[in-house]
Amino acid sequence: MSAVVQDPQLIEASPPLVQGSRDLHDLTDQISSVVEAKVWETPLKYWITLVCTGSIVLLLGAMLTYLVATGIGVWGNNRPVGWAWDITNFVFWIGIGHAGTLISAILFLFRQKWRTSINRSAEAMTLFAVMCAGIFPLFHTGRPWRAFYWLFPIPNTDLNIWQNFRSPLIWDVFAVSTYFTVSLLFWFTGLVPDLASLRDRATSKVRQVVFGILSLGWRGSARHWRHYEQAYLILAGISTPLVLSVHSVVSFDFATSVIPGWHTTIFPPYFVAGAIFSGFACVMTLLLIARWTLNLQNLITIKHLDNMNKIILVTGSVVGYAYCTEFFIAWYSGNIYERFTFLNRAFGPYWWAAWSMYSCNVFIPQLYWFRKMRTNLWVMFIISITTNIGMWFERFVIIATSLTRDFLPSSWGYFSPTWVDICTFIGTIGLFLTLFLLFARFLPMIAMSEVKGVASHEKHSFAGQAEGSISHR
Amino acid sequence: MSHTSDPSVLIAQIKDKLGIGADKIYGVIGDFAEPEDLVKAGRAIREMGYTKIDAMSPFPVHGIDEAIGVPYSKIGWIAICGAIAGIVTAQVLIYYVGKINYPLIIGGKPLFDFTYSIPPTFELGVLFTAITTFLCTWGLSGLPRLYHPSMNYRNFHRGSDDRFLLVVEADDPKFDAQKTAQDMRSVGAGDVEVVEG
Repeated sequence: MSAVVQDPQLIEASPPLVQGSRDLHDLTDQISSVVEAKVWETPLKYWITLVCTGSIVLLLGAMLTYLVATGIGVWGNNRPVGWAWDITNFVFWIGIGHAGTLISAILFLFRQKWRTSINRSAEAMTLFAVMCAGIFPLFHTGRPWRAFYWLFPIPNTDLNIWQNFRSPLIWDVFAVSTYFTVSLLFWFTGLVPDLASLRDRATSKVRQVVFGILSLGWRGSARHWRHYEQAYLILAGISTPLVLSVHSVVSFDFATSVIPGWHTTIFPPYFVAGAIFSGFACVMTLLLIARWTLNLQNLITIKHLDNMNKIILVTGSVVGYAYCTEFFIAWYSGNIYERFTFLNRAFGPYWWAAWSMYSCNVFIPQLYWFRKMRTNLWVMFIISITTNIGMWFERFVIIATSLTRDFLPSSWGYFSPTWVDICTFIGTIGLFLTLFLLFARFLPMIAMSEVKGVASHEKHSFAGQAEGSISHR
Repeated sequence: MSHTSDPSVLIAQIKDKLGIGADKIYGVIGDFAEPEDLVKAGRAIREMGYTKIDAMSPFPVHGIDEAIGVPYSKIGWIAICGAIAGIVTAQVLIYYVGKINYPLIIGGKPLFDFTYSIPPTFELGVLFTAITTFLCTWGLSGLPRLYHPSMNYRNFHRGSDDRFLLVVEADDPKFDAQKTAQDMRSVGAGDVEVVEG
């Protein structure tokens, strides 16, 4: 790994985004070879990892079965913490999902070409994270097969109920399900040209048929591309306000209540910044693993990682600023409940969770001010994980500290998760990793058609520069 | 279509409609190594008077649309209709549920109010726009269509890999297999082939 850190590309003023394979055919080969490899050609470490994560999915299945068979009492939700572990996990996973759309939509609109090697996997990660998030609200109803009538406005004759649109909880249902659907359509739209490439390369009948159907008969005609590019722009344009709305709506669940520590107007931007922060960290973790196991150093370069670390630094600092503002407003408001909540948060029974959150989210990412830290693979791997630990604690701290000690001291309590709570959360991590591993092996993880566009553009604009830099040294 | 139940006759009729079959000619296809060459050649072919021109490339080539005369996509207008449909649906749904079908006073809030309907309205607007755009992307491109005569071109598979293909279709009034193939070669196309339907 250190050989990559020493890469001469770092010395160049503006290193190319695609290295090694300047030839378009090489690029197709490099990306498709992962998908086209025979079972025994894929590294053994991949299959071992898949078996490990797959067995964690079985744990999730067992926990959910146990929950449905027994009742939601097996989770630790109880007075005074009715929103406990499950809402923490829901907000955590939804937050992780935000980076995908940010990379694919917002960076697209800002013409950030470096996004092309990472957007596909970030979008896939979004889908998997939202699936994991959905498990918690769905199963906390206890009867998930009936939940569709409770969650969605579907006319029903046996229950005779409608949703209450004055409640932010139903806004949340709309926001999250829209987010999932739009992310799925966006992701699939991006996949179609690459699926067509795989179809055209397929040698076996099965692959031809499967990729033939999935690619919808795409043939890269100019008449296709003109609609495609326009559609991609529209999807990016509507995804941008969508991604900002989703976590804002999630934060409304808290902010529209009167609980001290929740009832603040800073929640929407603060939640969105935290979501992007945790999402980028999660993309970083997965990309570093994929880059190492599938040898993608030429496509996911240090430059990409450096750029992502800069975004982590910015959003981490925004989150730190939001923490400071919360404390300031708690003091400045003169509201004794608000003041107590924040002192209790930092120095009360959950002090350990609060200080884990401050350290992981605000202090540790400050290392990224140094270029050496932003380009060191081990440092970024560790920080990407501590960031997500910190962001999980942020949600836990917000929920647990405010609910365990609110207005009435006689109803104070302390929340501890049950073993089912813990195993269900671990199970969703297993599901997330399994889905990502399957994606990385069976679908093109890097958007070939987009990278080719960038590579072809660079070949012409960098041709002169490359010669210059050689003579310069 | 006639009232025959013989599947082979039906298939023949459908094939005839789609312009598919060994007896038909789809057009002339040639390939290029660089996107710039494709644009240049496309413009040259168009200047010769051809009108039914198409290009196939592994990524969108900029400038090809105007070079071969592909009109600008109107998908944006359809997307706006999708957005309006979503907004109207959400407003009607929330009004109907809250005020007409299931009126319940909760927290002293009005049965319908514009302000609290904003988040679901926004989300449905986005959802309908996305679904409309998605369906129109394929619908307007004539997809899904799993078979297309251009797939008979011997280098078709490289059109999604690293080559840039230029097509003159047989229904072009100026089309003549020999002459068009000659013209293709004259603008620098490699591997020119008269492709059967």
